[in-house]
Amino acid sequence: MSAEKKPATWPQDIYESFKKLGIRQVAYVPDAGHTHLIKSCHADKTMQAVSLTTEEEGVAMLAGSWLGGDRGALLMQSSGAGNCINMLGIIQECRFPLLTLVTMRGEWGEFNPWQLPMGQSTADILGRAGCVVQHVDEASRVGETVFAAGQMAFSTGRAAAVLIGQRVIGFKDWSK
Amino acid sequence: MKKRIKSTLDRRVALGAILAKRGDALLVTGLGSTCYDAGTLDHPNTFYLWGGMGAAAMVGLGLALAQPKRRVIVATGDGEMLMAMGAFATIGAKGPRNLSIVVMDNELYSETGMQPTHTAHGVDLAGIAKASGFARSGTVHNLKQLTAWVPSLYKTPGPVFLAAKVTSQRYPMSIRYRDGTAIKNRFREALLGFSKAYD
Repeated sequence: MSAEKKPATWPQDIYESFKKLGIRQVAYVPDAGHTHLIKSCHADKTMQAVSLTTEEEGVAMLAGSWLGGDRGALLMQSSGAGNCINMLGIIQECRFPLLTLVTMRGEWGEFNPWQLPMGQSTADILGRAGCVVQHVDEASRVGETVFAAGQMAFSTGRAAAVLIGQRVIGFKDWSK
Repeated sequence: MKKRIKSTLDRRVALGAILAKRGDALLVTGLGSTCYDAGTLDHPNTFYLWGGMGAAAMVGLGLALAQPKRRVIVATGDGEMLMAMGAFATIGAKGPRNLSIVVMDNELYSETGMQPTHTAHGVDLAGIAKASGFARSGTVHNLKQLTAWVPSLYKTPGPVFLAAKVTSQRYPMSIRYRDGTAIKNRFREALLGFSKAYD
C-alpha cells in the first residue's frame, strides 16, 4: 500500500530547489518516482532535459555542463548507481561538482528480489566513489535536502548524492 | 563486409589540419593518443580527458548545451567511442546543432598493445552516427578528403560525426599536463572569466 494517498508534493519541492540552485541541465534515466519532476524540467524553457541510455552518460554530461558554466543535476534509480562508478573518477580527479538524486529501490517494502543487491549497496558504492551521500526518508524534507546538497556540491566542487528513500516514493503492494 | 580502404592519414597531421581552423571553438579530447596529440597543439580552450573511457562524447554534449553559441569539437579514439555506443543515440536524439565528434580511427587499442578494435572488423562508426540521427556523418582516409571535410566540422548544423581513418603510427606521450583540477580550472577561466570560474 502506498505511503501517500494525496498527490505527493516532494517532486514539486525538488523542482523548486532546482530553480533556487539555478539548475540548467537535467540528465536522467527515467524512474517512476521522478515522473512529475522530469515533466516539469522538460516544460521549463530555461532547462535542458536530456534522456540518457545509461546513467554514466549523465556523469560525463554534467562534467561538460560545468565546463561550460551551467549547473546540472542527474536523476536515476538506485539500480543505476553502479553504472556510474568509473565516470565518478572524473568528478573526483577534476573536482567537478555533481548533484545526483537517486530514487531508492530494494530498500523498504521491496517485492522484487533483483532490486536488493543494488539497493542495499547504493550508499556504500557511491560513498566509496567519492560522493557525499545524504539519505532522506521524510517527504517533507526532500526539497530542502536537495537544495542543501546542491549548495554543497556547487560551492565545494564535490559530488553529492541524495538518496530518496523508498518509504517516500511508496512501494507496490504485492500481497494480493 | 565492405572492402577495406587503406588509410594514408597520419593522426597528428590530421588533428593539426582540423585544429588549424578552430577559431573560438571548444575542444574536448578523449583519453589516450588523442589527448597526447592535442597536447602538442595546446590551447586554453582545450579540455583533456586522461581517464573516464567513454566520457568524451557526453562531456561534449553537456558543454555544447551550456555554450550554444560556440562550436564544440570532441576528438577521440575508436576504442574510446566504442565504449560510448549509447552516447550516439543520446546525442542523436537531443540533436545539438553546435556539436561535432571526430574519431581518430586507427582500428587499434594502441595504448594497450595494439589489439584490433571492432572497427578493424568492419564496424562502421559513421554508419552508427547516421542511423542515430546525426545531421551529417562521414569517413575519410586521406588528407585531401579530410581537408574538404574540415569546414563542415565547424559550420554544418550538428550533430556532425567524422571518422578519420588514420595509420597505426604511434607517437610519444608529449604532454605532461595531467592534473584534472588544473585542466578544468584553466578551461573555465579561459571561457567564463576568472570570477565566474570560481563563483
